[in-house]
Amino acid sequence: MATVNVAGHDIDVNEEGFLTNPAQWDEEVAVQLAEQIGIDELTDDHWKVIKFLRADYADQGETAQLRRTSTMSGVGTKELYVLFPKKPAKKMAYVAGLPKPKGCV
Amino acid sequence: MKRLLVLGAGTAGTMVVNRLRPKLDEGEWTITIVDEEEIHYYQPGFLFIPFGALDPADVVKATREFVHDGVEVVHAGVELVDPENNTVTLADGRTLEYDELVIATGTRTRPDQTEGLLESGWRDTIHDFYTFDGAVALHDKLRTWEGGRLVVNIMEMPFKCPVAPMEFSFLADAFFREKGMRDRVELVYVTPLDAVFTKPIAAEHLSHLLDEKGVHVETDFYVEHVEPGKLVSYDEREVPFDLLVTIPVHMGAEFVAKSGLGDELNHVPVDKHNFQSKKFANVWAIGDAADLPTSKAGSVAHFSVDVFAVNFVEHVHGRPMPEKFDGHAICFVETGNDKGLMIDFNYETEPLPGKYPIPKIGPFSLLEESKINHMGKMAFRWAYWNVLLPGRPMPMPAHLTMAGKYQSEGA
Repeated sequence: MATVNVAGHDIDVNEEGFLTNPAQWDEEVAVQLAEQIGIDELTDDHWKVIKFLRADYADQGETAQLRRTSTMSGVGTKELYVLFPKKPAKKMAYVAGLPKPKGCV
Repeated sequence: MKRLLVLGAGTAGTMVVNRLRPKLDEGEWTITIVDEEEIHYYQPGFLFIPFGALDPADVVKATREFVHDGVEVVHAGVELVDPENNTVTLADGRTLEYDELVIATGTRTRPDQTEGLLESGWRDTIHDFYTFDGAVALHDKLRTWEGGRLVVNIMEMPFKCPVAPMEFSFLADAFFREKGMRDRVELVYVTPLDAVFTKPIAAEHLSHLLDEKGVHVETDFYVEHVEPGKLVSYDEREVPFDLLVTIPVHMGAEFVAKSGLGDELNHVPVDKHNFQSKKFANVWAIGDAADLPTSKAGSVAHFSVDVFAVNFVEHVHGRPMPEKFDGHAICFVETGNDKGLMIDFNYETEPLPGKYPIPKIGPFSLLEESKINHMGKMAFRWAYWNVLLPGRPMPMPAHLTMAGKYQSEGA
């Protein structure tokens, strides 16, 4: 656990850098977090995914996995791999300021 | 008269009716259980069939044999639940009314959900062992297979018995060694996760074991489609195979989706501590059919029913539910050569090393190979048919206990 300053906000993160308090997130934080993992620009499609994840988390209390995200956000899995290359499930949760999805054991 | 209607006569459904029948007054409650299958499969046994360690006949019995007197058994498929009107329509057109409904129709493999899987050599170069037919077909295949690259792959999370694909790899290593052809077999384990298991301490122990047995691991591989002889991921990587043993996408029953009761995989969203549907107070889902954030496993069904049976009786008498399910799961993990290890965990506590005490039988060693763990796993089949399904008490608490477990400092 550590506190770091991102986009002028103090945010609490875990050892992997994921926010531990989703309430400390805002869109400016998202832009910075995205830059840190090599996503230089957040497009409308990125925001569509991020907004779905935030709303779904608020509703469910768990971070959505890939299949849930692609089924419910309307952004296909292939596209998620383009938007958040290599590890979309982890990366999109990271940018959205949510816990890493659990993988459901 | 009130009616408790249970859909599905698998592990969870059978235990629910058998536990509740003695607790609910026969003058007040009828209990009906619905399942289209007349055969009850001992699913943990499927793993052993491909290697000839169990015979197909060892894992099947008649469903009706296990259901207590005083429970009505209906053999029919389920078409639709109408939770607004408390009715269930069966595939044969009959309609059943209920006061309380328990959905225990499990989760099933859906090879049709992955493009190309059924068209690229199904039951020839592509096999599964999560179905009875699949396990038997794979046994025939392995008997004459001459070697090559054997890939075990997981298509999607969650799937039943999350350690089974690893156990399959361990047993395959031992099997080919015994046949004197291990040098002609390359074993590869392909997972969409970033590690071999979702919980870090267990993942470390298990990945060490895979390494020891010469199983190559490919992580973060989420399959987009299958072609003859290769898996292709969304990020356009390829894994070639001579023989694929796949764990297909798992989904709950179709009627769950049609009835508006499911999530994107047709599992029923429920309160993870008491199994009550998030939408309807008189609908419950238990066992693999539920969307609980823990393993889809027989042990979870067992511990869930321990909690559910107590709660349900209080609930129908208008009293608060006293018990909370903690997500407890126990898995025996076969590691080959008549050894096994055991993992024990819940929603909060990941699998830890140490000992698992069971009066008169244990202790079993956690996260460490031993012969007694293997014997425990093999003996469990007897206990399943004779103790668990009939609803007799097992000497294991429903909730996780920390007795015997080691925790590292600061954990």
